Amino acid sequence: MIDLSINFGGIKSPNPFWLASAPPTNSGYQIMKAFEAGWGGAVWKTLGVPVVNVSSRYGSVNYRDTRMMGFNNIELITDRPLEDNLREIEEVKKYFPDHAVIASLMVESRAEWEQIIKDVENAGADGIELNFGCPHGMCERGMGSAVGQEPEVLKTIVEWVKEASNIPVITKLSPNISHITDPGLAAVQGGTDSISLINTIKSIVGIDLDSYAPLPVVDGKGTNGGYCGPAVKPIAMHMIKDLAQHPEISKVPISGIGGVETWRDVVEFILLGATSVQVCTAVMHYGFGIVREMEAGLRQFMEEKNYSTIYDFAGKALPNVTEWKHLNLKHKVVAEINKEKCIGCDLCYIACDDGAHQAIALPIDLNNRIPSIIEENCVGCNLCALVCPVEDCITMVQRDDGSEHVTWNERTLNDDIPVTFNDDRAGGKGHFVPAPTDALKK
Amino acid sequence: MAEYKRPTSEEEFKKNFKQKNPLMNDTQAYYESSRCLFCYDAPCIKACPTGIDIPLFIKQIHTDNITGASKTIFDSNWLGNACGVVCPTGVLCEGACVYNHQDVPPIQIGRLQNYATNKSIESNKKLFKAGEANGKKVAIIGAGPAGIACACELRVFGFEVDIYEAKEKPSGLTVHGIAPYKITNEEVLKEVKYLQDQLGFEIKYNSSIDTKEKIKELESNYNAIFIGVGLGKTATLGLEGEEKNGVVGAVEFIEELRMKHHLVKVPKRVVVIGGGNTAMDAASESARMGARKTVLAYRRSKEDMGAYKFEYDLAISAGVDSLFNVTPLEIIGNGKVEGVKFAKTQVVDGELKTDMNNVFTVKCDMVIKATGQAKQGHLYELIDDLQLDSKTRIKIDEETFHTSNLKYFAGGDAINGGAEVVNAAYDGKMAAHGIYKWLIND
Repeated sequence: MIDLSINFGGIKSPNPFWLASAPPTNSGYQIMKAFEAGWGGAVWKTLGVPVVNVSSRYGSVNYRDTRMMGFNNIELITDRPLEDNLREIEEVKKYFPDHAVIASLMVESRAEWEQIIKDVENAGADGIELNFGCPHGMCERGMGSAVGQEPEVLKTIVEWVKEASNIPVITKLSPNISHITDPGLAAVQGGTDSISLINTIKSIVGIDLDSYAPLPVVDGKGTNGGYCGPAVKPIAMHMIKDLAQHPEISKVPISGIGGVETWRDVVEFILLGATSVQVCTAVMHYGFGIVREMEAGLRQFMEEKNYSTIYDFAGKALPNVTEWKHLNLKHKVVAEINKEKCIGCDLCYIACDDGAHQAIALPIDLNNRIPSIIEENCVGCNLCALVCPVEDCITMVQRDDGSEHVTWNERTLNDDIPVTFNDDRAGGKGHFVPAPTDALKK
Repeated sequence: MAEYKRPTSEEEFKKNFKQKNPLMNDTQAYYESSRCLFCYDAPCIKACPTGIDIPLFIKQIHTDNITGASKTIFDSNWLGNACGVVCPTGVLCEGACVYNHQDVPPIQIGRLQNYATNKSIESNKKLFKAGEANGKKVAIIGAGPAGIACACELRVFGFEVDIYEAKEKPSGLTVHGIAPYKITNEEVLKEVKYLQDQLGFEIKYNSSIDTKEKIKELESNYNAIFIGVGLGKTATLGLEGEEKNGVVGAVEFIEELRMKHHLVKVPKRVVVIGGGNTAMDAASESARMGARKTVLAYRRSKEDMGAYKFEYDLAISAGVDSLFNVTPLEIIGNGKVEGVKFAKTQVVDGELKTDMNNVFTVKCDMVIKATGQAKQGHLYELIDDLQLDSKTRIKIDEETFHTSNLKYFAGGDAINGGAEVVNAAYDGKMAAHGIYKWLIND
C-alpha cells in the first residue's frame, strides 16, 4: 500500500506536491481549485508590506518547439489586502483541514514580523515560509534576496520568527549566492524547522530587438527578473544536494523547488533528499491538472521499486553524489552505434569531430551515411549519444572489467600526482589528434 | 467512380482543384521547422537538383529570419517559390530526409520553402539587384523556368537580357502545364514579376522565334543566346482515327484548363492514354472537371509506369480507373470520338507483344493523349551547326551548357527531353555561369 503523505518539519500534507508561493497561489479560489485537482499543499503568495506592480510582468525562453523552457517574472509579493488573504486562508482551511496551507511572509521590522505571524496563525495557517529569495523589486527595499544574501541578517530574522511563532517555520533560500550552505547553515542555526529552495535566479531572459530593452519590457525599459522553469532544475538539484549532504543542515527537511514539472523531476528531487516539492512554472504553463501526471508517475515508480512512503527512498542518490576526486579513473566506456537503428543524420560525427575528440568516422562510400566509432580515439565523453536523435541508437559500453579502482584522491595520498602529461586518454598520447592543417582538406 | 461535380464557377473550380500543398501558417512553420535535425552534410541538400542549403533555411525560418531563409532559397534556385509546391519533393529532398529511416514523417521541406519565399514575394522584399552593366547582351528564347532562371543570374552578372516568349504569359509549363491543384496561375506569375522587378530583364511576349530571319537578327544583336524552349505540342501517335473531334493532346488539354478553368467542358467519359506524370495529371484533372468516368490506359504494367507513385495515387483518389497492359489500336466514331479500340499486351522475352486475339472497346467522348511531346525540331533546324542527339535533344557541354554552336547555350526540357521545373531552374542558372565564363571571364 503506497502512502504519499508527509510530515514536513511538523507540517502534515496528504502528498508531497505543493504549489510554490507565486501567482498560482494568489487567492483562495486558486488554492481550493488546486486542492481539488490533487495538490497536497500550497504556499500562499507572499504576504507582507503593501506593494504596487507593473504591467508586463513575465518573460520566457523558448527552445525549438518548447515554449517556456525558462521563465522569469518581475512581479512582486501579493498586492491584495492582507485581510482578504487572511480571510481566504481561513476559508480554505475550513474546506481542506488536512491539506497544508503555508503562509509565505516578507516584512521588514521585528514588530512587523511578530504581527503578521500572529495574523496568519489566527487565520489557521499550518506553517510559515520566510521569503528570503525574491531577487527583484523587494530586494531593492531591503527584503527578499537582500536578506537571503546576508546569512547573519537571515539568522537574526529566523530567530525573531521562531520566537514569535507557534507553527512550523520554513526558510526559503535564494540561489543568488556563492555557497548555498552559508544561508542554509544560518537558517538552521537560527532555529528554522525546515528549508525550501531555490527561489528564482536573477536573470535577463531576452532583449527586444526593436526597443533594445530587456524582456519583459515595461514602457521601453526592463529590469532583471527571477528565473525559473525547467531550465533551472539542474541548479536547484545541485543546491538541494549541497544542503542535504551537509551534516548540520541535513537535520532539517528540505522542500525542493526549481523546474519541477514531471514525476521524474519529483523522484529526482526526492532522491537528492527533498521530502516535499514545490511547483510554479509548470502550473502557470499547464494549469493545476499537471499534478495528475506527477502523482501517477510517482506511484508507478514506488510500486515498481517496492516503496511504501517517500521516506523509503528520500536521499537515496546522495551517497553516489561525490566529489570528482573520488571517481574511478580506471572506469572506461566507449560509444557503440547500432547500425540497424542509425538513420544517417551524422550529427554524432560532426559533434565529435568539431566538438570533441575526432573519434567518429564516416564511410568512404558516399551513399552510406552510417558512421563508425574510432575506438582508440573514443574517450567515452557521451557527446555522440547525447546528440543522437534516435532512442538507444548510440550506447556507452563499459570496456574495463571493473577490477581496477583508482581515484585522484588515492593517487594524491599515494604521492602519485603526474608531473608530465601522461594520461593515456589524452589527445596526442592515448589517441591521435589530427594536424591543424588537416582541417583545410575537409 | 466519380468524386467530383462538374465545376460551373471559379469558386467550384477552386474547390475541385484545392491546393495540394497549401501555404503554411506561422504556427505550422514554427513547429515544422523545429523538427529539423540540422543533419551534417544533409542528404536533402544533395537530393535537391539546385542544392539549396535546406537545413540552413529551415533554421532561419525557425529563428524568425524569414528574409534570410528566402535569400538562401533564391540564392540557389530562382524559382524557389514555385518549386516549393510543384517539386516532387517526396522523391527529392523530402524523400532523402533521414526521418524516413525512422518511420517518422519527413520534414515538409517544400511547404516550408514556399512559406519563406511567399512571405518575401507578398511583402515585395527586395533581396537581389542587378550587377553593374558589363556591356554584353544576351537573348533568351523562352520565358519558362530555364529562361527565367538564366535571365536572373545573368542580370546579377550585369548582362543586359531580353527574353523572347511565344506565348502571352511567362513561366512556360509552370503556368501552362502543371496541374492546377499544385500551383495557381497567380502564384506563378507573382514570382516572375517579383524577380523581374528586382532584376530588370525584359520579356517580349507573343514573340516566337520561328524564322531564319529572326534567328539572324538575334545573332547580330546579342553576344549570346540561351535556348530554353522546352518541348512542343503533343506528339502524334499515328493511330487510325486520331484526327477525330475529341482527341486532344494532354499538354494542350492542361494548357486550356489552366487558362480557362471552369469554362472548359470535359465530357462524361474520358480515356487518357499514357503512363507518365502528365497522363496522371490529365486523368486527375479530367475527373476533377466532373467526368463521370475517366480511364487511364497504359500499355505496360502498373510497375512499369514512368509516373511517380504518388501521382498515380492522386489520380486514383480523384476517382480515375486504370487499365494496364493495353495498347490503343484505333479511335472509333463517326467524325467525333465514340470510343477507343484496345488490344491486350504482354511482355514476351522482354519485348512488348500485342495480342490481337484479345481486342475490346472502351466507349468514351474524349481521348487525351499523354504519350509525350514533340521536340522543337523546327527551331533547331534554323540554327547553324546545332547538334542534337538521337532523341532530338540539344547536345550541350555538361559543365557550361554550351551547345555546338558557340553563340548558343541551352537548358531545361530542350536538353533533357522533359524533366521537372527544378531541373530547368538549375540548368538556366548554370548556363548563365557558362555564358559569364565564355563572354567575360575567359
